[in-house]
Amino acid sequence: MFSDFLQFLVTGVTIGATYALVALGFSIIYNASHVINFAQGDFVMIGGMSAVFIIATGVPMPVALLIAVLFGGLVGILLYKGGIEPARDAGVIPLIIITVGAALFLRGVAQVVWGRSYHALPPFSGDEPIRFLGVVVMPQSLWVLGITVLIVAALGYFFTRTMLGKAILATSHNRDAAKLMGINTNMVLLVSFALAGLLGAVAGVIVAPITFTYYEVGVMLGLKGFVAAVLGGLGSFVGAIAGGVILGVTEAMMAGYISSDYKDAVAFVLILLILFFMPSGIFGKGGVERV
Amino acid sequence: MESATHVIDLVTIEKRLWEEIVMLKKTLLAAVCSVAAFGLGVSQVAADEPIRIGSFLSASGPASFLGDPQRKTLRLYVDRINEEGGVLGRPLEFTYYDDHGASDQARTFARRLIARDRSHIIIGGSTTGATMAAVELIERLEVPFISLAGAVVVVEPVKKWVFKTPETDRMAAEQVFADMQRRGISRIGLISGTGGFGASGRQQSHAVAADYGIEIIEDETYAPDDTDMTPQLTRIRANPEVEAILNFDFGQAPAIVTRNYAALGIDRPLYQSHGVASESYLELAGAAAEGVRLPVSPILVADLLPDDDPQKAPTMAFRETYREAYGETPSAFAGYAYDALMLAVDAIERAGTTDPHAVRDALEQTTDFQGVTGTFNMSPEDHMGLDIETSFRMVEVRNGTWRLIEQD
Amino acid sequence: MSDHKVDNNALAADNPTVSARPPAEALRELRRWRWQDLVFSARYGGFFVLLAAVLLAPLFLEGLYEFDLAILVFINASVAITLNLLVGYAGQISLGHAAFFGLGGYGTAILATRHDWPALAALLAGVLLVALVAFVIARPILRLKGHYLAMATLGLGMIIYLIITTETGLTGGPDGMSVAPMEVFGYLVFDELVWYWITGILLLLIYWLSVNVIESPVGRALRAVHGSEIAAINSGVNVTHYKTLVFVVSAMVAALMGGLFAFYSGFITPTSSDFMHSIEFVVMVVLGGMASVVGAVVGALLLTLLPQFLAAMADYKWLVYGLILMLVMIFMPKGLVPTVHGWIRRWLP
Repeated sequence: MFSDFLQFLVTGVTIGATYALVALGFSIIYNASHVINFAQGDFVMIGGMSAVFIIATGVPMPVALLIAVLFGGLVGILLYKGGIEPARDAGVIPLIIITVGAALFLRGVAQVVWGRSYHALPPFSGDEPIRFLGVVVMPQSLWVLGITVLIVAALGYFFTRTMLGKAILATSHNRDAAKLMGINTNMVLLVSFALAGLLGAVAGVIVAPITFTYYEVGVMLGLKGFVAAVLGGLGSFVGAIAGGVILGVTEAMMAGYISSDYKDAVAFVLILLILFFMPSGIFGKGGVERV
Repeated sequence: MESATHVIDLVTIEKRLWEEIVMLKKTLLAAVCSVAAFGLGVSQVAADEPIRIGSFLSASGPASFLGDPQRKTLRLYVDRINEEGGVLGRPLEFTYYDDHGASDQARTFARRLIARDRSHIIIGGSTTGATMAAVELIERLEVPFISLAGAVVVVEPVKKWVFKTPETDRMAAEQVFADMQRRGISRIGLISGTGGFGASGRQQSHAVAADYGIEIIEDETYAPDDTDMTPQLTRIRANPEVEAILNFDFGQAPAIVTRNYAALGIDRPLYQSHGVASESYLELAGAAAEGVRLPVSPILVADLLPDDDPQKAPTMAFRETYREAYGETPSAFAGYAYDALMLAVDAIERAGTTDPHAVRDALEQTTDFQGVTGTFNMSPEDHMGLDIETSFRMVEVRNGTWRLIEQD
Repeated sequence: MSDHKVDNNALAADNPTVSARPPAEALRELRRWRWQDLVFSARYGGFFVLLAAVLLAPLFLEGLYEFDLAILVFINASVAITLNLLVGYAGQISLGHAAFFGLGGYGTAILATRHDWPALAALLAGVLLVALVAFVIARPILRLKGHYLAMATLGLGMIIYLIITTETGLTGGPDGMSVAPMEVFGYLVFDELVWYWITGILLLLIYWLSVNVIESPVGRALRAVHGSEIAAINSGVNVTHYKTLVFVVSAMVAALMGGLFAFYSGFITPTSSDFMHSIEFVVMVVLGGMASVVGAVVGALLLTLLPQFLAAMADYKWLVYGLILMLVMIFMPKGLVPTVHGWIRRWLP
């Protein structure tokens, strides 16, 4: 049935958009620092949870959402200042462990401050489903898609048209050369972590009405986002978005047409196949190892 | 009385010590190590007054909505019992560890509770996985254990030292199918999570469906962390022969299923299991939960019970006390912990001692014990002792709250 | 440090620095190095300290719970040491090592419990099963580098984890399965003390073998792979061969430990093979010190005991745990053992 197919597609693209936002965060930080930030999923949690609790204090919803997103950016900056910068020369693997530690720390703080219950944010514009062609779409899904597209456009503008964005791109290609060109690479790193924090928090805020949020919501989203980023080619922005959508749609189609039992495994089988046959992902740039 | 307790304690300790020494002798460093064992012996002889209640719970992690209220309940009532003078004139001492839902942690903590904290009785294991991980050890070290986990495997086959207070998932499935039968439903779609609770519930549903003339013609699953079950529900919806849907799972996922079900506009009734029996389900699912039916512990509907119901008084009292302390209505999961603690206290009082064998025997002889989950009648064949009628009430969600379904 | 000395000579046929000098001076130099080797080197000093610790610990351990922790430390340390061969020496990250642990555990458990195999045969079969999986996957997976290797091992681990969780009929599903007790030649291995010696002696054995592997031509080849794979290839080192070897061996040790863990605890659940458990193994290696055998043991010791110490903090447990990980990595990026080692060397003449 065609309407079933459309339904799976809509579901998959919505989930995929959130994966894409998380994957973008991974890619931005990876580009700037070659670190895989295992706390990326926890930015999502920070966004959703802080939105819930700011709204509970009586702040109007749009303001609360904005504060929550900015708070995510702030946590990104704090992670850089407190964890990454002091260990800049430590090498990649210790830096990864630092992000694992940061993820546990953030979850630990969240469960102490906000408790362990699940919370739902109210949908941005009601929850009366929209029906067309036999497909049901929740208004919140449209918000998710719309905001994701907006963010992708804004990031595109930022990286190609602004001085700072270009500097970040330049640094990701060759840090030493960028330094010689007078780019403040420290600043670039700071901005990258802030951006990743913002992106994560945006994802957290827009999906919380659909998926609910709690202090460990970032664990699964972080993992899926990482998979999406690698699927598309770690470090590639187009790849991160494509990877997210491919992952989301594959999951929905698997669940819809075959069986849910091995739905999550499919993503990983896909990853292995791609890595075996296209070692730098679908959109990755082929790298040459230096001697 | 006191000295008698000590004597019996000493006998068991000596037995354990002796076993250990026998093993020690078989090793190369027998001589060296028996010194350590004597050190151990000396420290155990110093057993003193309090009755030690040990507990390992999933107070954080994916099953924290089970373990967290259970921890609160045990803490609250241990304090209250102590204020009223304790048990057998001895105060209760409560030790608790958070296993984070990880079974290997549960096993290590169980060992810590027995060997180091020397607990007289253990309450815990919020999940079936955590419980089962500790069972082998508990059976071997012979300490009475009351589990708070749902699955049938905890007490079937019967294990000498293992008891449990929650209703089984099989009873929940039976209760749901009985209600379907009354409504004339015979072909259903099942959707369950692949986590421990959902997987076990799915298995039990398949096992008992035929007894109620029910046929499961669609069988879908989802991962516990999934955020959208629309595809699975779309599949079930596509089968016109499905007359009702049963969602067997706990946590946040059933609330998402409920919302997806409402969004898809499926016009066949939705049933949930007792796994969602908490206020948080109503809160998360919102208006989508209208008309959903499920079996719940009497705690959730205590105020709706008729005054002559024997469970009215204890459940109301428990609800009030809990609400006073924590500002929220207790879930059924909190009730499991309450019953476990009260069963333990009752057994120790009847045994008149904390000797593990005496307490275990007393637990097994529990008759007509009025808990908040139901009436307990334990026996050597039944280490749960609940009957289906008192422990499960079928409810329907109406106007955002539970309503008892009149059964006539 | 002796490691460096060998490293420099890794690709040379013999040891020209020593032979080029007058014999007396060379001998003096040799003796000076030997003295420091005995005190500091991972090869001798570490082993004898560990031997003494394993032998003497029962004097200080108080009861079953402490013995239980010691057994867990031994099991984790054995896995960490061989994982360190892969991560620390050969420079190949693995984020899926717990899957081998879990697969070995389940393979052993299923054969021993459901099919009544003798315990040792079941253990052996579990290890061989994992060896086969690791061998088949080694070639394509070890061609990958850096983060792609990390992702591929993570993916492999997740697939194995999902199979274990989903095949309920075989594995008991997410709630896990009971494991029959280990029976060796008619003797039931139940007691913690017996387990203490079994796992302790195995740890010593694995430690001894590892330090000897590291100082052998294989070890030199591995470090050459770590330094620069292309340079190693150009110098005639059969890179693929050595990488595969160490990958398969570390997987087999993880499987053996998984099998023993299943027998010891009498129960096994899919969490033994999940992503967090894999991360935990890597953290043990990195926290203790990469490319340090002592480091792997210290890392395993700390990571196993830390949650127990923090247990009393209840709600603050994870917060503190995460903070400790961060602080150690920030202030001791090389890991605890190499850092402390460096301090001691600076303080002593």
